[in-house]
Amino acid sequence: MDKLPDILGSLPYLLEGALLTLAITVLALISGFVIGLPLALLRVYGRKPAATLAAAYSTVLRGLPSLVVLFILFYGMAAVVKLPAFLAGCVALGFCSSAYQMELLRGAIQSVGPGQMMAARALGMSQLQAIIHIILPQALRLAIPSWSNEAAVVLKDSSLVYAVGLAELLRRSQQVAARTYQSFIVYSLCALIYFAMTFLANRGLDHAERALRLPTPLEETAH
Amino acid sequence: MSNAIVRVENLHKAYGDTEVLKGVNLEVDEGEVLVVIGPSGTGKSTMLRCINLLTRPDQGRVWVAGDEITAPHADVNQIRERVGMVFQDFNLFSHLTAEGNVMVALTKVKKMSKDEARKLAMFELERVGLSDKAQLYPAQLSGGQKQRVAIARALAMDPSVMLFDEPTSALDPELIGEVLEVMKKLAREGMTMIVVTHEMGFAREVSTRMIFMEHGVIAEQGPTQQLFYNPQHPRTREFLGKITELYGHEQGEA
Ligand SMILES: Nc1ncnc2c1ncn2[C@@H]1O[C@H](COP(=O)(O)OP(=O)(O)OP(=O)(O)O)[C@@H](O)[C@H]1O
Ligand SMILES: [Mg+2]
Repeated sequence: MDKLPDILGSLPYLLEGALLTLAITVLALISGFVIGLPLALLRVYGRKPAATLAAAYSTVLRGLPSLVVLFILFYGMAAVVKLPAFLAGCVALGFCSSAYQMELLRGAIQSVGPGQMMAARALGMSQLQAIIHIILPQALRLAIPSWSNEAAVVLKDSSLVYAVGLAELLRRSQQVAARTYQSFIVYSLCALIYFAMTFLANRGLDHAERALRLPTPLEETAH
Repeated sequence: MSNAIVRVENLHKAYGDTEVLKGVNLEVDEGEVLVVIGPSGTGKSTMLRCINLLTRPDQGRVWVAGDEITAPHADVNQIRERVGMVFQDFNLFSHLTAEGNVMVALTKVKKMSKDEARKLAMFELERVGLSDKAQLYPAQLSGGQKQRVAIARALAMDPSVMLFDEPTSALDPELIGEVLEVMKKLAREGMTMIVVTHEMGFAREVSTRMIFMEHGVIAEQGPTQQLFYNPQHPRTREFLGKITELYGHEQGEA
């Protein structure tokens, strides 16, 4: 246990790594959403070729290990354009996540009944107006629980970027473990930090979901 | 051309191999209240949806207040604003309050300011007797109240004609009356209406003309009195007999 001070001394170093993990996760989730949402809309409302293309995109990407996508972007593309490791990591995870986000958003969009679109169009809204003002406000609410799940998956997958040399949480834990020979304690600490981040993110999204939940007949009396 | 608010010419529509509409012709003049009856699956809903082009017909033309909505370059969204539609299952926007439901198309389609839209929304909700429910969400309203909000939402767009597709069929019997009352009031105010319904009390009391649809065509049409008491087509007589048996409670005919 004489290594304990040493390990504790490395805590800021590990937390810095956690910050990098968090940054990559957030950026990957955002880019995954920005790519996934239009694709989900194309899949549901697009003409046949566009919908098929979107479906193919998701099938292909969901069939690839994230690490492979990362290597293609970082090493495979190096001859054409040399992406910085951080960017390659965010983009690779973002692409992979976009396929899953597309599917979960598609499910949410489709669970908004067809009558909502019909009523919106009957009032003279364009399809885009109906999507923005009527469909998405309902679909995105429905998507929060699955999205929270996806956030946890991406957070955990973010450890993959250590393969292109980024010193995120897992990479740094490895370094500290090697230096202190206290693998169990160090990796447990690493696990604890991962868990804390996932837990807080999920709790935060649960909270958002509840705050945004529409009133139901039962709650009316509770107010 | 006459001053018809709605004119439908030779409407055809098929889903796959099933021909749903087989040449429907119809003219509805200003202030008319037209009740459409007919057995299930004969294309009543499809015909209504073709009028505002929610369903695109395979063939035929439709004019609304003089503009052809089926014309190749027609501004469909703009013409649709003039056609109010009320659905069997209400289709209120579940993420918006009653007031929000009425306001959303006013601000997004008519580009009214929020204040203006709110004022008009309150006026329309008042008209259907629901100004005290403005802040409630659809889930917090009864079926009858939902349908009245849906009517207010359509009226707020200031339509030239209102289409009702079995507006009371999803309601518990005790809630039908309040919706029919609102519709009768509208009819008295001179609104042009096309109503698909089984409520024969309503038909007899307020409709000016009735059509009987069967197998994708208008089998018989005429002034309400004539269709009721002197139907020419044996199938019309048979069908009328059947629905008075089924829906004979004559809701709201106080
Ligand atoms: N979107 C659609 N796709 C395929 N078939 C459809 C569609 N809409 C309607 N149909 C079919 O067209 C026929 C006519 O339907 P429609 O809803 O117009 O009848 P209706 O007279 O309104 O009947 P109901 O009294 O039951 O409402 C039915 O056989 C129905 O199954
Ligand atoms: Mg119908």
